Amino acid sequence: MTKWNMILDVDRCNNCRNCFLSVLDEYAENEHAGYSAPTPRKGAHLMEIDTHERGSGQDLDVTYVPVTCNHCDDAPCMKAAEKGAVYTRPDGIVIIDPVKSKGQKQIAEACPFGRVYWNEELQIPQIWTFDAHLLDQGWERPRMADACPTLAIETVKCSDAEMESRARRENLRTLQPELGTKPRIYYRNLDRIFENFVSGSVLVKSADTLDVVEGAEVALRRNEEKTIETRTDFFGDFRFTGLPCEATEIEIEVRTGGKTVSRRMTLARSGRVDPFILEA
Amino acid sequence: MGIAKLASKFVSFDMIMFGLHKHLIITRARYPEFAHKMAERDLVAQVMIHQEKSGYWFEFTSGKVRLSKGVHEKPDVTLGFRDRRTARELLIPPFDWSEQIHAQKMFRLTMDGRPDDTAWFQRLLMRSTTIGERYGQNRPGGEIRYVNNNNGGPVFVDVKDGRIVRMTPVVLRDDDAKSWTITARGRKFTPPRRAAIASHALCMKSRVYSEDRIMYPMKRVDFDPHGERNPGNRGVSGHERISWDEALDIVAGEIVRCRTQSGPGSIGTLISAHHLWGNVGYHLSAAHRFWNLIGHTYIEHNPESWEGWFWGAMHHWGHSTRAGAGDPYGLVEDCLRHADMIVFWSSDPEATGGCYAGTEGSIRRQWAKELGIEFVHIDPYFNHTAQVLGGKWIAPRPGTSNALALAIAFVWIDEGLYDRDYVERVTTGFDEWKAHIMGEDGTVPKTPEWAELECGVEAHVIRALARKWGKSRTYLGAGGWGNSVGSANRQSTGVQWARSMVCLAAMQGMGKPGSNMGNLQFGTPIDYTFYFPGYVEGGISGDLEYTAAAVSNYQRMPHLMTVNSVKQRIPRLKLADAILDGRCEGNVMAVDSVTGQFEKHVYPAEGYAPVEMLYRYGSSYTATIGDSNRLIEAFRSPKLKFIVNQSIWKNNETVFADVILPACTNYERWDIGEWANPGALVFHAQSQLNHRVVAMQHKCIEPVGESRSDYEIFFALSKKLGLSDYYSEGMTEYDWVKRVYESSDMPKVMPWRTFLKRGYYVVPPDSEKTRVPTAYSWFANEEKKNVPDATPVASEYNTEWLKGLQTQSGRFEFVPETLRRNPPEVDRPAVNTYQRGWEGYWDEERRQEYPLQMIAPHPRYSFHTMGDGTDSFLSEIEDHRVWVDGWPYTKMRIHPEDAEARAIRDRALVRVANDRGGLVCVAQVTARIRKGTVHVYESSSLYRSAGEPGKSVDLGGGANQVSSGRMQVRNSHAGAGNSILVEVENWDGKAGFQ
Repeated sequence: MTKWNMILDVDRCNNCRNCFLSVLDEYAENEHAGYSAPTPRKGAHLMEIDTHERGSGQDLDVTYVPVTCNHCDDAPCMKAAEKGAVYTRPDGIVIIDPVKSKGQKQIAEACPFGRVYWNEELQIPQIWTFDAHLLDQGWERPRMADACPTLAIETVKCSDAEMESRARRENLRTLQPELGTKPRIYYRNLDRIFENFVSGSVLVKSADTLDVVEGAEVALRRNEEKTIETRTDFFGDFRFTGLPCEATEIEIEVRTGGKTVSRRMTLARSGRVDPFILEA
Repeated sequence: MGIAKLASKFVSFDMIMFGLHKHLIITRARYPEFAHKMAERDLVAQVMIHQEKSGYWFEFTSGKVRLSKGVHEKPDVTLGFRDRRTARELLIPPFDWSEQIHAQKMFRLTMDGRPDDTAWFQRLLMRSTTIGERYGQNRPGGEIRYVNNNNGGPVFVDVKDGRIVRMTPVVLRDDDAKSWTITARGRKFTPPRRAAIASHALCMKSRVYSEDRIMYPMKRVDFDPHGERNPGNRGVSGHERISWDEALDIVAGEIVRCRTQSGPGSIGTLISAHHLWGNVGYHLSAAHRFWNLIGHTYIEHNPESWEGWFWGAMHHWGHSTRAGAGDPYGLVEDCLRHADMIVFWSSDPEATGGCYAGTEGSIRRQWAKELGIEFVHIDPYFNHTAQVLGGKWIAPRPGTSNALALAIAFVWIDEGLYDRDYVERVTTGFDEWKAHIMGEDGTVPKTPEWAELECGVEAHVIRALARKWGKSRTYLGAGGWGNSVGSANRQSTGVQWARSMVCLAAMQGMGKPGSNMGNLQFGTPIDYTFYFPGYVEGGISGDLEYTAAAVSNYQRMPHLMTVNSVKQRIPRLKLADAILDGRCEGNVMAVDSVTGQFEKHVYPAEGYAPVEMLYRYGSSYTATIGDSNRLIEAFRSPKLKFIVNQSIWKNNETVFADVILPACTNYERWDIGEWANPGALVFHAQSQLNHRVVAMQHKCIEPVGESRSDYEIFFALSKKLGLSDYYSEGMTEYDWVKRVYESSDMPKVMPWRTFLKRGYYVVPPDSEKTRVPTAYSWFANEEKKNVPDATPVASEYNTEWLKGLQTQSGRFEFVPETLRRNPPEVDRPAVNTYQRGWEGYWDEERRQEYPLQMIAPHPRYSFHTMGDGTDSFLSEIEDHRVWVDGWPYTKMRIHPEDAEARAIRDRALVRVANDRGGLVCVAQVTARIRKGTVHVYESSSLYRSAGEPGKSVDLGGGANQVSSGRMQVRNSHAGAGNSILVEVENWDGKAGFQ
């Protein structure tokens, strides 16, 4: 049995919001009988895009993470539901029955991702249904995938075994896997929201000018971890990613032109350290 | 010989009359819609052969039609032909529009009768030729799929029970034209087979069904055209519903009063840029046609957004027909194949999407990333292009970029890192500029250390950038288009910045492989030869003076010419001066020559009356023009005796109108248009697209409320003024759409009925062998211009036709002769220097009170004002507007340290103000903005004054509340909407800004 999954590549997302608007356009004030009731046009965000900003000075990165109903196989909302108001279709899509779910606010409250919307007026919980009503009419993909300009949204219909092996192979992650809800929405390049980076530059000082050093060897050591090495780019900049988000003792060592300097520091958050300035 | 002419040889006039009668009867029987239409009116329509004083008359009674031979003694309508031959030639379809127009001009074809009757009869006849035509695809669930197009790309529009269910991007089918492929560095790149559209296109359903739609005509409650007008109460006293007839009577009455009592020029017309899409309904089309028929003082567009390029860069490299922007051809393929680096300088194409091109460019920049091309982003804001592509972010102080540019040139000269061969062969004036940069003319040498003090970018970073750039093949993406626009060009220093941008590109051998101006936004390998008219070609306007109709459209779609006999005009930027001070001065926005921009015009022009009636079309102008409170003062001035606002939504200025006419969107009327094809000033703008798409713009639903299409509003007014036969030529919008189709290359590739049904056509790309060459490669190679752009005009080629640039020497001029020849301009000298601007970090006195620089770039999610406010889905986007206590505030971005110094917390309501005005925003505390600078996107379409209009803070967040109306350089009208100093504080809830 093949089931729907979605892979979001956050590296290709620039927050253009075409996915968000497609969802709004499809669900706000639109009735899809048997699938979903109309959502209000204001404030009902069946999907949102979270912003993760890290870094300091002029060394930043910003990651946008689209979050929608994860169509979890082991969905907390389903467990919270009474009268079978939430069910999973054979193709993996989770549906909240717009009639049976009436009055069941606990369904919305159960979602760890905060993406079950509680419709105060209709007294029903609502989700993005993976556009199940359109897929059933023969659409090849949900609307948001058609609207994404950078192909950051890939929808995949395959067996769970295939998806699992693909996730492993391509280092796809889900949100909050520790909860064990088995989401069907996967992310590519999500690592950077769970990691810190440290960056800096290597400069050389002569009589009256300061210049950058391209190609300086820079090494980063921390605790028992393997040393990571890099070289400075044409701006004299280096950057190490993949560091843990908690405070970490690190040592950065710069080698260039036969000189070596190093500095120890505690890295608490991502950012740029003071430049390494060498005498010419 | 045309079919009509051939047929007319064999078919007699009598046979045509009998045939027409039978045709009407059969059509009535077959189509209930037609029967219904025929029953609308009882009248007698005489078809008259003037030469013989004979003919036939049709009598319509209770939905039936009777034909009689002879001359009716009192017909309601008389359709007259000079002779039988004329009648035969003109009455048999398919119509030869050239003959039809000629016959009308020569009065061989005439129409008499009450306008309502003649219009009805003409439309009935036209409808009888088109009624069988079908459109829309049936979809599951009882939906019908239509196609439409707008500023942000083509969409499918699914409709059920007369209501739009969804709008979704056009996805290409297998039988649409194939896509192009670019081979670069061993990889092949083909774009996705669908339209990548813009957010302001995806939100359009919410704007069709919007709380802010104007549902019926309205009049200000205390406005009496025959008594007290109370202009000072505009914006305060409110409006009441009136009938269409009453509204049209007031407007037509005011037009007549102005023309007969006040004199020529007293009617001013003011449009908003970037109207809803479509060649028929566009303001340059339907509106110009009407206004030219009544004569009007055109409150004209300026090269807004192109300021620095038009008034600056153009002198170095020409391109007057592109308002100073560069050629787009071949840039995508060349960049992907050969460039090592792209320098984005005041360039955020991921946010602004070029012009009309939706998000089509995004995938191409992803390819560049995959290829490992290096990126540098120079912008005080860590913009969206920097966010998604990565690379080095360099954040200069706003307004100082020219210092940075000159320092880069200094390093290149000092270290021999520029293309000497190119500079010697194809440029002039370099030594003079070089002497200035090196300080050999007695000025300070423009070293990186010198620049650091100005722009705040460390000298070693400037040197590193210059060295890498000088040693690599680099694309300079200056401004959002790569070779035009950009926030830095709307600065008090914008002219000098744009000038330096083209000079830097020339120093690096622009046009050699991998060295050019671009950012992958323009220059895809599409077909450039397939003709479809762009909106700047004037649509149905017949306006050969203020549109580009004369280039192709007017020959290819013969229609009655219209002429605005009023030569007085006012630059848009100076409207407040014109009304409040009673005078203003402007420069001509010349496109045929570089020198033309020095020509002045003054208001009021000699012999003309000052403007006292304002025909406002659209309503979100205050948000895009500096010092907007002064405009609001002008709208409330007694000097304007009457303001009519024809608009779809209640926007900024609707509230200041005396009469409001509700227009409808392009989803509620017929139109036709090619995606991203304005033509003329942005010639071949479709090169931003991955596929050229010509779209039928189906009428998807009936107009909402009592709204009408702009064309129908003008048509109704023209009936009141006895101009309707001239205005309409008997056509409905649908008929015009068909004529536009016929005027294009479309009939060669897709029959009308197929196009109508299918809704769009994808123009196949050029074969790889015939792809257009890269822009300026001909120039670098000293060949003739070989890209498909017939401009500049012949007289602007000074050495040899098609040889060289549009400069006096034909070479790239580092020191332009056009600036040298005139009396020296202190603020725009021939040798481009770094001059501190005004209202920037240099202005220490003003900074005592207003210490923060503010930039107000073009917005991301809305297209200028289009898509903002108006109860739009865009208000749900956190990065666009944030709801606080039921009101969608715009965002102001502030650096954490600046926020902390003012005790401003993230998401707090803040007042951003100076002595000109103030706006209330929601603060976003972020390191993405350079310290000392705040960032608010301009173009709010919501104006909500917290107190008295024009004298209170704007809750809608109009950034131009605080910008200046001052011009960048004296001899121009180049606005500087990014040169602003403000103070920001937590908002105390009070209305004042002082």
